[in-house]
Amino acid sequence: MVDHILSILIFFPVVAALFGVIVHKDSIRAYGIAVSVIEFALSLWLWFAFDGQSSGMQFMESIPLIPAFGINYTLGVDGISVFIIILSTFVTLIGIASLGEIKNLKNMIITLLVLQMTMSGVFAALDAIIFYVFWELSLVPMLYIIGAWGGPLRIYASIKFFLYTFAGSLVMLVGMLFMAYFYNQATGEWSFAILDWYRLILPENLQLWLFVAFFLGFAIKVPMFPFHTWLPYAHGQAPTIGSVILAAILLKMGTYAFIRFSLPLFPDASVFFMYPIAVIAIIMVIYTAMVAYGQKDIKQVIAYSSISHMGIIIIGTFALNVEGISGSVFLMLGHGVVAGALFFLVGVIYDRRHTKIMSEFGGLAHSMPRYATIFGVMMMASVGMPLTINFVGEFLSLLGFFKQSQILTLLAGVGIIVGAIYMLTAYKKLFFGEITNEENRNLPDINKRELVALIPLTFLAIWLGVYPKPVLDPINTSVESIVQLMHDKAQTAEAKRRIPSPLSQMTIPVSSIEEAH
Amino acid sequence: MLDPVNISLESLNLTTLAPMLIPIVGALLILVMDTIKGGLDKSLYVVISMLFMGIDLAALLSASDMFSVAGTMMGAFDVMLIDGLAILAQLIIVGASLLFIPLALTGKRFHEFSYPEFFALFLFMMSGFQFMVATDNLILIFVGLETASLALYTLIALHNRDKSFEAAVKYFTMGALAAGFFSFGSMIFYALTGSVEINQIATVLAANNYADIGYVLIGTVFMLASLGFKVSLVPFHTWTPDVYEGASAAMAGYMSIVPKIAGFIVTMRLFEFLIHSHVVWLEYVLYGVVVVTMTAANMWALVQTDVKRMLAYSSISHAGFVMAAVMIGTTQANTALFLYWILFSFTNLGSFSMLWISRQKSLPDHQSSDHSYNKFAGMIHTAPVAATIMTLFMLSLAGVPPFALFWGKLYMIGSAVSAGYTVLALIMALNSAIAGYYYLKLVVYMLMKDPVAGVSGDTYTRNATLSLKTVIGIAAVGTIFAFIAINPLIEFITSFVYNSGY
Repeated sequence: MVDHILSILIFFPVVAALFGVIVHKDSIRAYGIAVSVIEFALSLWLWFAFDGQSSGMQFMESIPLIPAFGINYTLGVDGISVFIIILSTFVTLIGIASLGEIKNLKNMIITLLVLQMTMSGVFAALDAIIFYVFWELSLVPMLYIIGAWGGPLRIYASIKFFLYTFAGSLVMLVGMLFMAYFYNQATGEWSFAILDWYRLILPENLQLWLFVAFFLGFAIKVPMFPFHTWLPYAHGQAPTIGSVILAAILLKMGTYAFIRFSLPLFPDASVFFMYPIAVIAIIMVIYTAMVAYGQKDIKQVIAYSSISHMGIIIIGTFALNVEGISGSVFLMLGHGVVAGALFFLVGVIYDRRHTKIMSEFGGLAHSMPRYATIFGVMMMASVGMPLTINFVGEFLSLLGFFKQSQILTLLAGVGIIVGAIYMLTAYKKLFFGEITNEENRNLPDINKRELVALIPLTFLAIWLGVYPKPVLDPINTSVESIVQLMHDKAQTAEAKRRIPSPLSQMTIPVSSIEEAH
Repeated sequence: MLDPVNISLESLNLTTLAPMLIPIVGALLILVMDTIKGGLDKSLYVVISMLFMGIDLAALLSASDMFSVAGTMMGAFDVMLIDGLAILAQLIIVGASLLFIPLALTGKRFHEFSYPEFFALFLFMMSGFQFMVATDNLILIFVGLETASLALYTLIALHNRDKSFEAAVKYFTMGALAAGFFSFGSMIFYALTGSVEINQIATVLAANNYADIGYVLIGTVFMLASLGFKVSLVPFHTWTPDVYEGASAAMAGYMSIVPKIAGFIVTMRLFEFLIHSHVVWLEYVLYGVVVVTMTAANMWALVQTDVKRMLAYSSISHAGFVMAAVMIGTTQANTALFLYWILFSFTNLGSFSMLWISRQKSLPDHQSSDHSYNKFAGMIHTAPVAATIMTLFMLSLAGVPPFALFWGKLYMIGSAVSAGYTVLALIMALNSAIAGYYYLKLVVYMLMKDPVAGVSGDTYTRNATLSLKTVIGIAAVGTIFAFIAINPLIEFITSFVYNSGY
């Protein structure tokens, strides 16, 4: 059974969702929790069976789907994807467990289970078309969640979300078809398998074009400046659960895809585009941090801070060395936990007051002390306090990029300080001072169902901040092999220099011999 | 005195005619039955038509067996040409007809189905289309085309609505113009080469190295215009939305598939040699037509307020997509054409059938059209299963994986990439994104809006009977599980297309 654990992880939720149609709507919450607990347990089992020492793909499965066109149902995980899968099952579990009283609860739970399928699928797919299938399919449940349970502008927001991503990924699809075509030219066979593509060395100008095609698809998903305009709408209108999953998992698809596709497939192009992308990422960090400072709506603050953090992840990824990429993968997990928790926290207050405007609040620390504490911890984690989860990722990402450019790293560091300013200001506006609005005086503090979601997230945010090793080591091992692959495939001298081989750092003579050649 | 002509019966190879003759026999049988005893129920005629289509399908399958062994067959004074294209196209024609004809068994009574002539005409039409695809003789193509079209005009007019007569007359006039263009084009090619066989025309033109290029171009333009009317390429598309609106939804769905595949086969046969002649001008014209058809039709579809008109424009856009395959002209592209059209017929017939089961007997006062977007508002609350199925068809039309049409688009864009048409591939991809908007619009109405007061779930299924639901079920299953069938389909189609020399 462990050989097929990835298929089970992908298809168990959707089969359960189909059966869920039969379950009576009064009992659907228990059913949803049961299914997501099983799913989470399966993903923990995956972690248990996962060999952290090995850098290659594990639990590989392959079934020919369209052999005539080289499309196979191929799955596998390495240290990079395994933790994102676990995070996705975890977020779905606490998301369903903490769902409030909403209309059409049954439809919501079935939709969430379908969404869970697409999330596991994206991160486990090792065939470009299978990846694309799940990537696109994930839009549909999210479209429905935003459009059916969202705020007043929900339809505009959901369509914008869908079409933006859809358009970008179709360009990416053309890029994938090109890759397959070149593979066909080189070997005479069709293949969409990512591991096959890794072996292909492309001429540099071709890499540039293909990099751009893939970049469009990924950058819209991340979302990178200037393609980020759909995200504040989507977050602003989405219900709490939608925002949580969007921020925690769906955005990570883009950054994950950069590491899975762009870097190993196009190492020379990655070096070529390193500075432009780093500049975009720094604009993301600083500009969106400033925009976040100007927001009146607390949810928009967190939405913009998400974009800002995604900027740091991109900087880490395009550091093109082991520290940077490991850091960015870890920051993906960290941001998933922290941003997810913050959106939960906003949902808590929204359920009580039905407003998210910060000026309506103030002095909440008096009426809701436990809420203020958890919010405080998460806010600290979000600004990257040492001993919290985000610190590890941010530090490593910036350390990695420091080796490429000190100035740009410094600018990104400034962005983090701006981040601290807007988060602390927002916290002050919400919690400190006298209670100005009488409605806030007797708000009930956080209840049990909400604690179910928030306690584990808080625990994770601190545990992985203090002791990141069990997660960071497997990530490191896999990232090393990817960087080594990039180093070996790089053709220009510039690229060889920018992408240091992780192995040669240990054995200096070998690399000097290589350079002598 | 003339010598007596001696032709052995074997050399006529009359079995090549069998698939076309079967529906004709069926049609005559229906007419005879009606004269002997009138007033029989429509279900009888539906079943008889289906039986004959089944026999037709069996004849086609045996023809395809013969093709895989013996290759292309000629017959009936070498007028009939049974190659891979002919067999594949006929399979699509008969298959789509088999799915269409049970749609006549509606819950409400529509008077067109009470005439046995409806079914006879339908079978005649099928046979016309089958003749059209199974020959490369321009005269026989014309005969097939006109047989089928005249029957189709009548079928549209039989649907008893004010707009139906308008639609039929409009289609008839446009069709007559197209027929005129076709005969003019054929005349020019005959004058140039002394033959009406497409392969003869190609040989003669190649032999004198396209010396009369001016006349060739005029002939090509006439042909493109006439076939453009049939497969609804922009700017010859103007009849399409009006005719679809006037025809019954089921008939509109049928018209978006079967007449077009017949048109595409003729286009392929005719343009295959013209494109490979390396006359650059010709390629530019086709490129322009393809891009404009895809894009402009998408733009018009964006602003429609009626679902049926939106689907009409969307099917124009899909026709442009498929026309790109004709232009690319590689084996992979021609395979993609058939694959796309097979998947498209499942999805499109399914979505038009969904409109068909929600058809009212007569229009209520407050509604200006049968299938306005507003009618579908909040359908998920009143008719969840129907709304889910309709969503499925819309997502498939938009090209969301893993539903049927995604694989067609994938293979089609892949063939454009392999043939070096990078810009075209990008235009196709972006057009799919634009198309996403109007399909999504219906999904938004169904899933996210609140229901209109006074609309119950019954509104959407008042026409439904078991046979209609079965057809929709088959279409839905075909749409969801298409990914299993893609590989066998690609292999089957590729071998047929390749062995026919395309």
